Amino acid sequence: MLTLNVNGNEHLIDGVEPSTPLLWVLRDNLNLVGVKYGCGVGQCGACTVWIDGQPVRSCSFSAVAAAEHAVTTIEGLAGPDKPLHPLQQAWIDLDVPQCGYCQAGQIMSAAALLKANPDPTDAEIDQAMAGNLCRCGTYLRIRKAIHAAAKAQRDGGNV
Amino acid sequence: MAESNRSFTNDSFLAQYAAESDRAPQSMPFTVAKIGRRRFLQMTGVAGGGLLLAVGTGWPGKAAATAKSAGTFTPNAYVKIAAGEIVIYAPNPEIGQGVKTSLPMIVAEELDAAWDDVRVEQARIDKDAYGGQVAGGSRSVPQNWDGLRRAGAVARAMLVSAAAARWGVKDSECQTRDSVVTHAPSGRSVGYFDIANDAARLRMPDAAKVPLKSRADYRLLGTRIPGVDNRAIVTGAPLFGIDQVLPNMRYAVYQKCPATGGRVASANLEEIRKLPGVVDAFVLDGNGEVNGLMPGVAIVANGTWSAISAKQQLKIRWDESAAAKDSWNAAVAQADKLAKGNGGNVVSNKGDVDAQFRAAAATVESTYRYAFVSHAQLEPQNCTASYRDGAIELWSPTQTPQQGAEIVASVLSIPRDKVTVHQTRCGGGFGRRLTNDYMAEAAAIAKRIGVPVKLQWTREDDMAHDFYRAGGFHAVKGAVDSAGKLSAWQHHFISFANDKGEAVVGGQMSEKIFPGELVANYKLMQTNLPWETQCGAWRAPGSNVFGFVVQGFLDEMAVAANRDRVEFLLEVLGEPRWMATGDSWRLNTGRAAAVVKLAAEKSGWGKTMPPGRGLGIAFYFSHAGHFAEVAEVSVAPDKKITVHRVTVVGDVGPIVNRSMAENQCEGAVIDGLSTMMGLKVTFEDGRAQQQNFRDYPILRMPNVPEVDVHFIESDNMPTGLGEPALPPLAAAVCNAIHAASGLRPRTMPISEEGFSI
Repeated sequence: MLTLNVNGNEHLIDGVEPSTPLLWVLRDNLNLVGVKYGCGVGQCGACTVWIDGQPVRSCSFSAVAAAEHAVTTIEGLAGPDKPLHPLQQAWIDLDVPQCGYCQAGQIMSAAALLKANPDPTDAEIDQAMAGNLCRCGTYLRIRKAIHAAAKAQRDGGNV
Repeated sequence: MAESNRSFTNDSFLAQYAAESDRAPQSMPFTVAKIGRRRFLQMTGVAGGGLLLAVGTGWPGKAAATAKSAGTFTPNAYVKIAAGEIVIYAPNPEIGQGVKTSLPMIVAEELDAAWDDVRVEQARIDKDAYGGQVAGGSRSVPQNWDGLRRAGAVARAMLVSAAAARWGVKDSECQTRDSVVTHAPSGRSVGYFDIANDAARLRMPDAAKVPLKSRADYRLLGTRIPGVDNRAIVTGAPLFGIDQVLPNMRYAVYQKCPATGGRVASANLEEIRKLPGVVDAFVLDGNGEVNGLMPGVAIVANGTWSAISAKQQLKIRWDESAAAKDSWNAAVAQADKLAKGNGGNVVSNKGDVDAQFRAAAATVESTYRYAFVSHAQLEPQNCTASYRDGAIELWSPTQTPQQGAEIVASVLSIPRDKVTVHQTRCGGGFGRRLTNDYMAEAAAIAKRIGVPVKLQWTREDDMAHDFYRAGGFHAVKGAVDSAGKLSAWQHHFISFANDKGEAVVGGQMSEKIFPGELVANYKLMQTNLPWETQCGAWRAPGSNVFGFVVQGFLDEMAVAANRDRVEFLLEVLGEPRWMATGDSWRLNTGRAAAVVKLAAEKSGWGKTMPPGRGLGIAFYFSHAGHFAEVAEVSVAPDKKITVHRVTVVGDVGPIVNRSMAENQCEGAVIDGLSTMMGLKVTFEDGRAQQQNFRDYPILRMPNVPEVDVHFIESDNMPTGLGEPALPPLAAAVCNAIHAASGLRPRTMPISEEGFSI
């Protein structure tokens, strides 16, 4: 029996093979489908979630290893009291997505960046986001949305 | 080995698609009909009162057929106005091009609906009801434009009539705005929701005669409307094919031969069946169609990972007697020889190129080359299927859901009406999802296993079994006369064809390709090398590579003529004229010159550049879009390039949704740069040599240029934006590299020539 703490909730999960990446437990067992499969080898970042607040590629992180830690997915990013994280709002307002498939992973990477660095430069954003592919090429809007969310966060003084 | 099984490139649907995407859609008659509640419920499953309108913009043949059989035209898109909301049904697949938002905007504009009142729903797949539902050829907007406008206008007219009748005033005295009818003289007003039931009882006005707004009156079209699915996307709500879950669902993977056409000789199925979580493993023989079911081993398991990890344990012995044997290296060697020869089959021959070459002040000869590439849409192929009692239901991310249903019916040998397809949002398309092989596989596995199943391809499956953008080779020769004008152009295209001699998709040139229609002395020849692996439509098929070649070579000619490149390009375009007046799918040199001039102006063409930095311009016309792009590029001594900025100027007529229009242009620039810079798929022994993003390096955020987008909103029909901004990019960047460094890249990806980013 695997015990996972995801978005503040404890889940007891039966029958998980020890080699199973966290990605597939989140998607198949817990039906948290915001986390996406893109490459399976940690190259595209579509599967980005947080382990204890740090972004990881859940396709390459075993579910068993996550058991002792707090897992946060896009579904839990805003927290229980708020409907949206400032990044999610900025993504909507600036109309970032094209196909949208990579965007949850992008937002999880960006949110980790803003926690560590509330006012990142373009270069710092590029460095933090270089692990997330966007096949549609929405990078320019992602960068703008991160700046916009950082400003909203600073002005609002929370998140 | 059976010769007839040796080629896999002759997919008639794709060939037709490629041919049609260069032409205007057939002129489509529209009808708008009030539809009966029972029929509406049957089609949409939506209950509730209010005004229901159906508008048809379907194919002429279908319209006639249904008119004959049912007495009314069977419609293809709907407006529903009921308590509290205006529902607009988006008919075409959403693959990231924004049609789930832009098509409903067209209805809402003429309806004078407040966008906040509008809720968009994805329409169900129903050819009888909706006509063709396809995402391809950048055609969704032009195909639906007239019909959707009239749908909105008819609904508006009926709401006005209902309000006027209630007040005892003339229709013409009433106005509409933001979902409200107003009668200014008496100061009365009524909301659409409060008058919808009255409107539903009225006779429909003639849709052909209903007045439409002029562009000056647009309030919604041309503004920036965020995508209707944005909130679901950023909160991780289920939307995509991969997100579908059915009760009691199992998870499947499918292993095909890495060389197309290989059959399963034997496999360790007993061993696989004993692995943890595995439910079953079995061989499917398939129907031998690449856009259908090819042979392979299916594994069904209790979770995706159990299936994937079991697949890694598969040991299959392939019978490759009928499999593809393609080799990229062999093709390159053969093409190099041909390029040095005297040419191939003559496709077009105008004027006298030989005389012009003899009289030329300067001639240039160059060869260009580009590799095969993969679509690499980020959501790997998947499909969820449930088979029961001779009928099947599928949830599929596809660009051609109706064709997918036909393929499934054929593979399962069941009637078409026993196949129900639900369209999900697609995690990218780029042309890959015009083919539905993964639907056929999911269907066959679901039928065999008897419980609902989700088929999941791995990234490696996706790269190994793409319908690839074909590579190609071009030997081009040009002449300039003593006045410095382009006087002759000779072009030998070395492409690929199957054993029936049919060129691969996007692998056929004609004189309509720039500058064939513009140069008096022009000779086009083509030779096709044999190729077996399946090829397909990749964003702007043909154009995405021809733009690189012809606009790169034109730049070489300008240099040879010692002319300014913009001036030279404008001279080749010549006087403003339309190659076929009124046909948006044909080059209009007036529109072309306008985008070139504005791109030059916006990019600061002619400005003094520091050493190692240069500007390059390119123009291309495809999918009814006229686009000019200027790239500003620095080249370091080690051939590392920096693309600082790309200026994009396009004319696709009036803009529907400015936000997504700009987004598509930014994306096309980045996709174009990514692909020209470092992407290739090579083949040996029929096998793609690249497997995942490690060896298929899609561009990442640190390397993206600034993109500056401008539109010339001419008074032409609005046309699509998914594709036409991509073809000029590679040449613009390569021409800038030349301006910056004197180096002339003639191979894509340019990493093959030692460039890096």
